[in-house]
Amino acid sequence: MSSQTASLLVEETNQVNEQSNDIVEVTGIEKVYPGGTVALQGVDLAFPRGKMTTLLGPSGCGKTTLLKIIAGLLDATAGEVRINGKVVSGPGPERAFVFQDFALLPWATVVKNVAFGLEMQGVEKTLREKKAREYIIKVGLAGFEDNYPHELSGGMRQRVGLARALAVNADVLLMDEPFSAVDEQTRRLFQEELLRLLGMENKTVIFVTHSIEEAVYVSDQIVLLSPRPGRINRIVVPGIDRVGKTSDEIRRETGFLDTVEDIWDTLKKYLDDERMI
Amino acid sequence: MNLFGYRVPAAFSLLIWCALWEVIGQLDAVFIFPPLSAVLVKLVTILGQNNFHEAAIISLKAFSIGMFWSIVVGVFLGFLMGRVEAANKLLGMWVNIFASAPLSSLVPVLMLLFGFGQTTIIVTVFLFAVWIITLDTYAGVSHVNPSLNEMAKSFGASKWNMYTKVLFWAALPEILAGIRMGFIRAVKGVVIGQLLVSVVALGAMFSRYSRSFLLEEFWALALILFVFALGISSMIGWVERKVEYYAGSRA
Repeated sequence: MSSQTASLLVEETNQVNEQSNDIVEVTGIEKVYPGGTVALQGVDLAFPRGKMTTLLGPSGCGKTTLLKIIAGLLDATAGEVRINGKVVSGPGPERAFVFQDFALLPWATVVKNVAFGLEMQGVEKTLREKKAREYIIKVGLAGFEDNYPHELSGGMRQRVGLARALAVNADVLLMDEPFSAVDEQTRRLFQEELLRLLGMENKTVIFVTHSIEEAVYVSDQIVLLSPRPGRINRIVVPGIDRVGKTSDEIRRETGFLDTVEDIWDTLKKYLDDERMI
Repeated sequence: MNLFGYRVPAAFSLLIWCALWEVIGQLDAVFIFPPLSAVLVKLVTILGQNNFHEAAIISLKAFSIGMFWSIVVGVFLGFLMGRVEAANKLLGMWVNIFASAPLSSLVPVLMLLFGFGQTTIIVTVFLFAVWIITLDTYAGVSHVNPSLNEMAKSFGASKWNMYTKVLFWAALPEILAGIRMGFIRAVKGVVIGQLLVSVVALGAMFSRYSRSFLLEEFWALALILFVFALGISSMIGWVERKVEYYAGSRA
């Protein structure tokens, strides 16, 4: 009962402060896997609308678990997820997921893959393929509409995954280490394009990564998770001003480097703790 | 294939075996092997005979009905076992036992249950083919990339869409391999059924030929069946190659 009162209190404060501002809120999230492993404990977080929030932490800190709970792909042991103020259980059209291993249908062409989400929503064929083609162009895959996933490079496959998520026009994009399976050059190019696309589409993004640089470069807000059980350690706001600067200039700025260093110091402690064990 | 430094087509080895058969037959070395040429002459005669046509039609009927149900039931059971852990625990052991058991020994029992007619033969065909189809479908379904499952779920796929738009296609290469092997087993099932049950159709022909030492006819009929089984198997192989482009890239 007491947790219920607590969550009511959180709801009230949210209503006062930033009801319209936070599109996704999680309160009191706890996840215990069968066998007793506590993956997450007491996670309260708010994700501001139109912003990019990164979940960052060492492996085993439950960042992907948290993302999948928000996506409705995993059930939390306790706590609740609210989207636009409404408690949700299970996936919904206001959220779209981008998978680490792309999760493309290997028997379907790029167009069919991108249109998959719309197909599941019951959008009629010509309409959904027209829309899919628009997004294929937006993610820079024009000319590959009728290719199959195995004919594409890893980077191109993830563009298909991104286009599929954008095509359903969800407000919230959930990205699970989307660039971890591509090489470093593609990764940087991707980060740029993601920022450009998000600028146009006005999405809220929840992004899981284990790369500190990537987190600092793309995020408005970074949530640092500590491992075993996963808890929120601190929230960092990089506050990087990108206007009129190239990617390399930003990466060389003191503000950028200090934030990276600062986060690295925190994460290093976990590594040291691990080594002690 | 390389032979004495020359590249020869793979079909060449078949020719060597045919030649060997012919030589052994002509030498009269082993009495059960008449010359291949004589067998082929009989094969043409048999193909033109009315009683062969009737036997073929009866057999084909039993084969198709048994095969149809073994595909329906095998694919269904395979999906059930692949998706429901309890079903797998309950059925898995039995399916594995039946898939490797000498089913011919069950046919006499089937006769008691289904009588001395076509039904028993259909059931025999079914039992010969269904288990391998179940096992292969199960293998295909249980190895579907869990990410695809999550992906479909995250985009709000209904149960129906999940099965028809994702799981079925993802498991299709294994399902087809199972059906191909099921077909080959079903051919055995027809003949064994007919031989053991009531000695009808092809079974009757085989039985008559071997009892009267009509070995040319016997081998001719065997060849016809071999070619039929091979033909069906390569037809499904052709369909399998249609899905090959993604079979290897599903990981």
